[in-house]
Amino acid sequence: MDTFAGLLDLKGTPLDKQRFTWREMATRPISKLDDDATTRIRIILMNGIETEALRLKHIGARFHKELQPHLAHIRRVEQHQATAINWLISGDHSPLETTIAYEQVAIEVTAAVAQNEPDPYQAQSYRFGLLEDFDHLYRYSAMYDRLEGKDPNNILQGYTDIIPGRATSQHHRNPSDDVRDSYDKSTAQLITKIHAAMITSSEYQTHDYYMNIGNTFADPVARALYAEIASVEEQHVTQYESLMDASETFMEKWLIHEAMEVYAYASCAEQEENPRIKALWERFLDYELGHLEFACDLFKKYERRDPAEVLVGELPKMRPLKRNRDFVRETLSKEVDLRAHGIHYVPKEQEDRASQDYRNHLNSEGIPSDMASAGYIWTPGTELFRKP
Amino acid sequence: MTTSAPMGMNRTGTQMSPEDTKRQIEATEQFRHDIPPGDASRITEERIKFIREHEAINEQVGSVPPPGSVKGVLKTGLDKMMGKNPELLIDKLGERLAYERTGVRLYEAFIAKVAAAPDARPELLETLRTIQQQEAEHMQLLRESIETLGADPTAMTPCAHVSGTMAQGIIQVLTDPRTNMAQCLNAMLTIELTDNAAWELLIELARQANHPNIASSFEVPMRHEEEHLVKIKAMLRDELKVQLS
Repeated sequence: MDTFAGLLDLKGTPLDKQRFTWREMATRPISKLDDDATTRIRIILMNGIETEALRLKHIGARFHKELQPHLAHIRRVEQHQATAINWLISGDHSPLETTIAYEQVAIEVTAAVAQNEPDPYQAQSYRFGLLEDFDHLYRYSAMYDRLEGKDPNNILQGYTDIIPGRATSQHHRNPSDDVRDSYDKSTAQLITKIHAAMITSSEYQTHDYYMNIGNTFADPVARALYAEIASVEEQHVTQYESLMDASETFMEKWLIHEAMEVYAYASCAEQEENPRIKALWERFLDYELGHLEFACDLFKKYERRDPAEVLVGELPKMRPLKRNRDFVRETLSKEVDLRAHGIHYVPKEQEDRASQDYRNHLNSEGIPSDMASAGYIWTPGTELFRKP
Repeated sequence: MTTSAPMGMNRTGTQMSPEDTKRQIEATEQFRHDIPPGDASRITEERIKFIREHEAINEQVGSVPPPGSVKGVLKTGLDKMMGKNPELLIDKLGERLAYERTGVRLYEAFIAKVAAAPDARPELLETLRTIQQQEAEHMQLLRESIETLGADPTAMTPCAHVSGTMAQGIIQVLTDPRTNMAQCLNAMLTIELTDNAAWELLIELARQANHPNIASSFEVPMRHEEEHLVKIKAMLRDELKVQLS
């Protein structure tokens, strides 16, 4: 397997040299029509990772007075990195178009991660979540076609299939059926820790995005659809964050997050075709190497341990974030009927009664995802192009 | 900025990736939709339910504020002053006021676009400044008309709000640094077409509500708006012709 050898040992930009102007942060956005969809996938992914970096460090700061000035310093740079990245999305994306792009991120990134993940249980968890985000794409695509009269493939650009996955109406589970087993920090490979941190970041962002924009729709069906899927995204955050070892100290989690950012920017820089955006990924890769070094120094100072205890391991290169359709279809064929029972994945006949009861009540006054997508078959040019 | 959109790497259509499209269609045949029977009418049914729910309690986007000027109300009495359905006239006057006020800002955004062009034409800028000035005058006239009825010209009436919601797309088009002249003129044409019809209807409404003075004071803006429409349409025609020649 092709790996990033020695990536974490590279020298980065020192933290005090990481500066921005407003003009750099609110720079020219990408073109919705002409840029490759994978450029948008990387932008959304990296914004999710940077906003999670802020979130993690804010939570850490509440428990560690001695770290607060250091965390404040690094967070300010991350705030500006997140802005420079997220402002690349042009203002002519409607909220539903950005939503479709978010689901494409969830599918292509989770599929790439699931195929690289060495821990079988963790890989199974990614495949389980993948089939649900895959279904969200189908429901939102139907909503987009039927609300705005546009083709979701204008956003997806042929890289991702638009078909039902595990039906959204079946995702709603009793909370205890969303908590998973975790890796063991002393035996898990570094890439396993990185994957969990990355997918948790991405799902958290998706949840927050739906919560922020769902109520901006006037259409009652769209409002209800966002309410339904935002709830599932909260379940996904619960699932993915529970994959991480809860016995890790805050500083261990911080180191893993910085390593994950280095890995993610290196992957983006390697795969990016737009030269202007590639230069941004390279710049931020250097910034992250600086952050990692900064965090390692603090780890040595406060925990009096060697960061290598946490960060050693091979880093297989990230798979392409497009055309993972064969993997998705195979997963769909084999695992669509799996359900969660506690930390286990079981055939749907063995599903927990509590989850069924929970779901039946939520669905008892109508199911928004079913209403939005009844009979929907994706057709090039929208379903109105479909010949009778 | 004055040039038409170039031929390039637009990636949105299926012709750009025929192999992917083939596989996407194949997927829709292998993995069928799972909520049969049904179609988009399920959404319509749900919308009808919600509309009826709001109707049942007479809940709209908001209400028309009652005239608050004691002076205005005492002077002539509300009914006498505004006829049978005073809220309708106040709402529509509020709508026109909001539209003209936003119109001033829309022209400001459009002027930036015209001024940025390498071949910026001073006469065109002058014409746009004149139109913008007239929109501001119309706004002031509406403000005075609303005040004579004792109503509040600073309130956002329901129709003002709805027309503002409609204008959101126009604002996005005009302020996007990447949109070209013809695209912006098209946006302004939408604004002026609506404005024309709306002034015409407002004059009829004011007459019907027994406010002949207000109705006749609107004749001047009506003529201006007719001129605006002719000018914007001509500019768009010229722009498209230049691009074709």
